[in-house]
Amino acid sequence: MDRGFRDVFKKVSLLPAILILLLQVSISCSSGSGGNTEEPVPDPEPTVPTPLQWKKPAHFPDPVYDLSKNSLTVEGVMLGKFLFYDGILSRTNVIGCGTCHQQSSAFTHHGHELSHGVDDQLGVRNAPSVQNMAWNKSFFWDGNVHALDSVPLNPILNKVEMDETMDNILVKLRATPNTTSKVAVDYPKMFKAAYGTTEINSERVRKALSQFMVTMVSASSKYDYYVLGDQAALTTEEKAGMAIFKQKCSSCHAGELFTDFSYRNNGLPPIKINDQGRYSITKNEADRYKFKVPGLRNVGLTAPYMHDGRFVTLEQVLNHYTDNMQSSVTLDDIFKLPTGKAGISLTAAEKQNIILFLRTLSDDQFIRSAELADPGVGNAF
Amino acid sequence: MLFVGVFFLVACNNDAEEVPVDPGLVEGTGRMLIKFDNIAGDQDLVLDNKSYTNSSDEDLTISKFNYFVSNFRLIREDGKIYTIPQDSSYFRIVEADPKSQTIALNRLPKGNYTGIEYIIGVDSLRSVSGIEKRGGALDPSGDMAGDGMYWAWTSGYIFVKLEGVSSKSGSSNGKFYYHIGFYGGFENKDKTINNIKNIKLDFAGDKAVVRGDSVPEVRLTADVLKVFNGPNPVSIAKNPSIMFDFTLSSGVANNYKSMFGFGEIKQNSLAK
Repeated sequence: MDRGFRDVFKKVSLLPAILILLLQVSISCSSGSGGNTEEPVPDPEPTVPTPLQWKKPAHFPDPVYDLSKNSLTVEGVMLGKFLFYDGILSRTNVIGCGTCHQQSSAFTHHGHELSHGVDDQLGVRNAPSVQNMAWNKSFFWDGNVHALDSVPLNPILNKVEMDETMDNILVKLRATPNTTSKVAVDYPKMFKAAYGTTEINSERVRKALSQFMVTMVSASSKYDYYVLGDQAALTTEEKAGMAIFKQKCSSCHAGELFTDFSYRNNGLPPIKINDQGRYSITKNEADRYKFKVPGLRNVGLTAPYMHDGRFVTLEQVLNHYTDNMQSSVTLDDIFKLPTGKAGISLTAAEKQNIILFLRTLSDDQFIRSAELADPGVGNAF
Repeated sequence: MLFVGVFFLVACNNDAEEVPVDPGLVEGTGRMLIKFDNIAGDQDLVLDNKSYTNSSDEDLTISKFNYFVSNFRLIREDGKIYTIPQDSSYFRIVEADPKSQTIALNRLPKGNYTGIEYIIGVDSLRSVSGIEKRGGALDPSGDMAGDGMYWAWTSGYIFVKLEGVSSKSGSSNGKFYYHIGFYGGFENKDKTINNIKNIKLDFAGDKAVVRGDSVPEVRLTADVLKVFNGPNPVSIAKNPSIMFDFTLSSGVANNYKSMFGFGEIKQNSLAK
């Protein structure tokens, strides 16, 4: 059985590159503070980038992202990974994508209800997970971006996240290697390896980031083993939880991505800022208080929950749906019970089993994969 | 891969110091309990449901107050110092978890102890140690993941984590978030501020009697309001979030280094 989806990657050249990087770290410390004895990162001979075979997990739908317009290469993914983790994308040079999207919590910011950016400023929403991005038709809690290639611009330009401009990022990238940075990454060389020339432009930056994000596929959870035929992968309780989940939750959290990619009002009482959700994008009255139905893969690892991170545990989330939903004009019909109340009816035992099932969506390979980990450039916190 | 990386980092850590072994005192069989009693001003700290006021005249409630204490040393009446072996010397105090608030210092030489020293935070050496040296209270998974007392990569542990709600907070949910860490960074190119603070408290003339049959409990207090009030008053209105900004972060650390106080000693605390 084809279990480890990521194992199909042709990753021959990734490991040496990482080793070279670590070697660089050791060189830079042994040279002390002088810093002028450093060797640049050795670069392979300029060659045509190595195609990387990307295979959709067997039980997943076809991806939305058009790989024919941005064919993955080993060098392109590697470049995207460096950019993802490098604080150079922010005005202060210390906030990277990886700051709020940390691998150990399935690329969310564990323990942070709200996103957190330059100069200790707080955003207004919870940082969503960066995973299975290739299947998304729209992005962010309000769906204001429709193309994966444009996703990075949002946090980059956001004043309280990275507060940088793409133009200035290009200037900074062209000026590398910078001997005063922790790891002197030579971006012109990396762009050459990925694209054939040293030219650094917005399209190349964004496509490299997309390439890396396309490889961030979570499809190796216990649940996946079960779906792919291993009946013993789930316990009796987990299977019971799955049955209840399919009955009570999967109208929105549908399919193998566990979302129907819609925007809905799930009855959260507005907090202080009275976030209008999708309405602020569409200005359509029907969209007030609607937020994206998030996919639930790795949901056991991505607390806190909801667009504002108000719930710390899955128990709190389910208690919201059973007991605490607030009716309003745009509340989704699916929550309107025959009794006239709003919510989902679940017993305590059913809730426990649902949570056990949801935890089977945790993908240990995904959060431990060295291919997705910080390659050492991590000057982000 | 991770192990290789950590090896390099440790190898080039200039700040690493061997913990001196005091020749005067060797391990014994005694025990002492230390109770960290979190307070707000002169009252017991109550999470969520009680409103306090800081020196900037801002109302606030506390929802989370966690901190690391480590590297304990005990001062005996005769002036000799016993250093708790480092592997047994890291504790995470969590206000929401009463069990975490009483810690045991074990295998002590017997005697009458008159004071205690420790640090708030996790020392730089341990912060860059291999994961085999970072189990228990320092394991960045399990319970601690729930508390999020760890920053990935360079920044190490969050020494003090204080969160709550204030009508003065400009954040979208009315909350404030103070996560204070930084051990100095692990190499020259990666210098951070060093917010590790040494604490030294004497037992105000009292003595904690450690004998085979007597396990004293020393109550220390930690005043959460001192995190706000001090040489660098924290304004929730101005800074609802302090985490990575070096100036703000070190300001808070210089406030909370004065938050601990000596309460009292209960001799023979385990006696029925």
